[in-house]
Order: sequence, then C-alpha cells, then structure tokens
Amino acid sequence: MTGANQNGTPVWQLILAWGFVGIPLAWGVAQTIANSLKLFQ
Amino acid sequence: MDTTAQAASGGLFGFLARTRTIAKPGFSRWMVPPAALCVHLCIGQAYAFSVFNLPMTKLIGISKSAPNDWNLPELGWIFSIAIFFLGMSAAVFGRWVEEGGPRRAMFTAALCWAGGFILSAIGVYTHTLWLIYIGYGVLGGCGLGIGYISPVSTLIKWFPDRPGMATGMAIMGFGGGAFIASPLSVWLMSQFSTATHVGVAETFIVLGVVYFIFMMVGSIIVRVPAPGWKPEGYTPPAQASKLITTSDVFVYDSLKTPQFWLIWWILCLNVTAGIGVLGQASAMSQEMFPGKVTPVAAAGFVGLMSLFNMGGRFFWASTSDYIGRKNTYFVFMVLGFLLYVAVPSTGSIGSVEAFVLCFLVIISMYGGGFATVPAYLRDMFGTRYVGAIHGLLLTAWSMAGIFGPVLVNYIREYNITHGVPKAEAYNVTMYIMAGLLVIGFFCNLFVRAVHHRFHMQPEDDGALATAAEAGAAMAPRFTGRPA
Repeated sequence: MTGANQNGTPVWQLILAWGFVGIPLAWGVAQTIANSLKLFQ
Repeated sequence: MDTTAQAASGGLFGFLARTRTIAKPGFSRWMVPPAALCVHLCIGQAYAFSVFNLPMTKLIGISKSAPNDWNLPELGWIFSIAIFFLGMSAAVFGRWVEEGGPRRAMFTAALCWAGGFILSAIGVYTHTLWLIYIGYGVLGGCGLGIGYISPVSTLIKWFPDRPGMATGMAIMGFGGGAFIASPLSVWLMSQFSTATHVGVAETFIVLGVVYFIFMMVGSIIVRVPAPGWKPEGYTPPAQASKLITTSDVFVYDSLKTPQFWLIWWILCLNVTAGIGVLGQASAMSQEMFPGKVTPVAAAGFVGLMSLFNMGGRFFWASTSDYIGRKNTYFVFMVLGFLLYVAVPSTGSIGSVEAFVLCFLVIISMYGGGFATVPAYLRDMFGTRYVGAIHGLLLTAWSMAGIFGPVLVNYIREYNITHGVPKAEAYNVTMYIMAGLLVIGFFCNLFVRAVHHRFHMQPEDDGALATAAEAGAAMAPRFTGRPA
C-alpha cells in the first residue's frame, strides 16, 4: 500500500483544506508584520 | 461499548470511533496537517487571552474601573489556571487520546474549548469570576491539553519520513493562533461595545461558536493511516539506528526510563529560558536602551518575536529531520548559551540591532524546542504511545511557565532594590538563563537509546487490545522486563 495514489484525494479538496487554515493564518501574520514594522519607524 | 461495536452502531459514537477514521487507499496524507492546524490555530488563542484583561477590568465602570470591577491580578489567574489544566489534562488523558483516535480527541477538545468560552460568557454577563475560572480555566484548559496532543501521533504515523516537519507544522499553528485571535477579538469587542457595555461576553460567544465549527472541520477531515501503510518510496530502516527506535514503549513505562526525565528537563530548561524573556521583552528593551526604544517600537519588537516564535517551530523541527533531534537540542543549548551571554554586551555597546537579533534567534529556539520534542519522543519511545508520552512531558511546560517569569521578575526587582541601574538589571538574569542551558546541554548529552527491557512485546499488544475491547477501566500495566 502506498500514500500517493493519484486517483485518491482530489486536488480541490487539498486546496480547500489548506485554504481553510492558510487564509486566516496569513491574515493574522500580515496583521502582526504590520505591527512589527513600528520597530523600524 | 467496544470500539468495533461503536463504529458499527453508527450515530455520534460510530462517527467518532477510531475505526471510522482509517484512511481509504489513495487518501492524501497532506490532508492531515490542515486537520491538525484546525485545532492548533484555535487553541493557540490562549496566547492572546491578555487582550481581554483590560476590558474585563471595566465591565461595570465601562470607561474606567469601578470599585466592584475585577482587578488584573484576579484576572491573571484565568490564564494560569488554563495553562495548569493544559499540562494536567494532557498528562491524564494522553492514553485515552491515543487509544481512542484523533477524531474523538479533537471532538472532545472542541466541546471543552467552545464550552469554556460559553461558560465564561455567562460568567462575564453575570459578573461571576469563579465561573470564568471554571469555564476558560478548567474546561478550556482541558480543551487545550487534549487538543494540543490530539494530532501528534497521527501526524508522526503519516510522516514517518519527516516526523519533525509534520509535528512542527501543527505546533507552529499553536504559535500562530494568537495572530488571528488577537486582532479578531479586538475587532469583535469594538463591534459589540456600546456606551454602556464593553462587549466581552458577546465576543466570547462568537469565538466559542467559530472555534467549535473550525475544530469540528479538523475532526471530520482527520484520518489515521491503515495498518501497514507507508509513504510511496519510503523504506523504513531495517535496523534501528543508534537513537531512533523501531520498537514501542508503553506510556507509563516511559516514566521509568531516564530518557523521559532527561528530555523532561531539556524541555523545561529550554522553555524556562525562553518564556522568562518572552513576557518581559517589551520592558527589557526599553529599560536596556532608554531613549532609543520607544513603547511603540517595543510593541513592534514583541510582534517580531512572536513571528520568530512561530517560524522557529517549523524551521527547527524540520531541520531536526536532517541533523537529528539530539543535535538540534545541542544547537539550542550551545547557541542559546552564547546569545544569552552576549545580550548584556549589546546593552553596554548600545546596539539595539544586535539585541534584537539575539532575542529573535533565542525565541525561535524556544518555539523550536516545543515543536521538536514530539519527534524526539518518537525516536526514543516509538510511535505507538508518543502522543500520550508527549502529554506527560507537557508538565514540564507547566513548571517552566511558573519558574521562567518568576526568575526574571524576581532577579530584576532584587537588582533594582540593591542599586543596580535599570539598564543593567537584566544582566544577571541573562547569565542565569545561560547557566540553565548548560544544565540542559548535559541532560541532552546523557540521552541514550532506551534499554530494550522497556520495549513492548507482541503479547503486550494482545493484552492491551483485549483490555480495550472489554472496556476495562485499566488495561494491564507493563513493567520493565529483565533484559
């Protein structure tokens, strides 16, 4: 048995799953970076 | 009801059963890290709880604290209780989490975490502090502990070729959760607040509902690999390498090994060194560089440290897959020692850049220490009970959470009352932190492979399975056998 069956999990499911966690995380990181820039002002 | 019967019976119990989470052939293992992140991003909110502290001191007075309002020391207990119950629940429920599978654990964590927020909202609404202690502190703390360890062994089983990277990704989510929670909470409070109302209770309710949905998505998409599954092209080592076992150690037997306690101290010392300065970074930067670092710049510095704390979790845990766990901790201890010793010099030469650089690297290793330890445990004790053993180890975090800040605060106060200038008040602390890392270095040096008398035997597997299926409250305890 192997883990990379090309006919298994559809790509859209992977994109959806990663987007579900990635978008909020990216938003939070962007907010934090914006605040961190105050260090250099 | 045994797990097979539960799975067969359908309904909620069936849905939660481990057997229902076994992946079908072709399932992509890259679906599992997002499932883990669904949980860790939510429970990472704990790091941002302080945004509620000030508003909660004005629930009655609204614009300023009234005599009947709660004060900050009273509110400080909420976070402390939650962290205490994080460690305790991870230790107590570790085996239950491991044997019941990740879906049941994630579902339970979601119930506890969301329930904690709802109970706390009632506490805020009725102005009953003990209800918040029980809600966010006890119930939420149990959600933290169970949620924190729930995906660890699942990720390690899906990524036997890159266990550090896999667990690093999830634990990075715990660091990143505060990035989302902090601005989101502030925005929600601004939406719900009026001239006569602060809006904390409504914010708690919204967060509880949102986090429950988010964590449930994680519990729905999580899967465990089928027995015998391995990644394509991956060949497990035929023979155990010197520091990576292919055998398993029963959860409570791990407590009898010196390796468990050495790693416990390594984590405790690494976290103590990091957590002490993390909480004091803002004040420390302003006091060491008076006039050069403003309060606004200091806030930016704290934000930058949070980013390195999160990034370090992924970077160092992934690096450990290539250089080995023991070597990674050697880097933490040696580099950490050099940087802590260098910090007082950055103050004396007035180099803010060097000071910032030192602390960014230090804090990345603080995060890296958390993220690398599950893979270190896997190397020592095998994959079978690694989540449960990780749960036991998190008591080191609880301990460090008390010692670190106390050490920094106490030594600073002592120095200032004895006439040491504020700019130099942290020097002794830095040398003590460096000293702690020297102890950590020797603990790491003494880590050897676990003696084979602690390894589980095939008959142990059978006894455990029988006990679990019979619903026995306590499966047989395994004792180290003579070699």
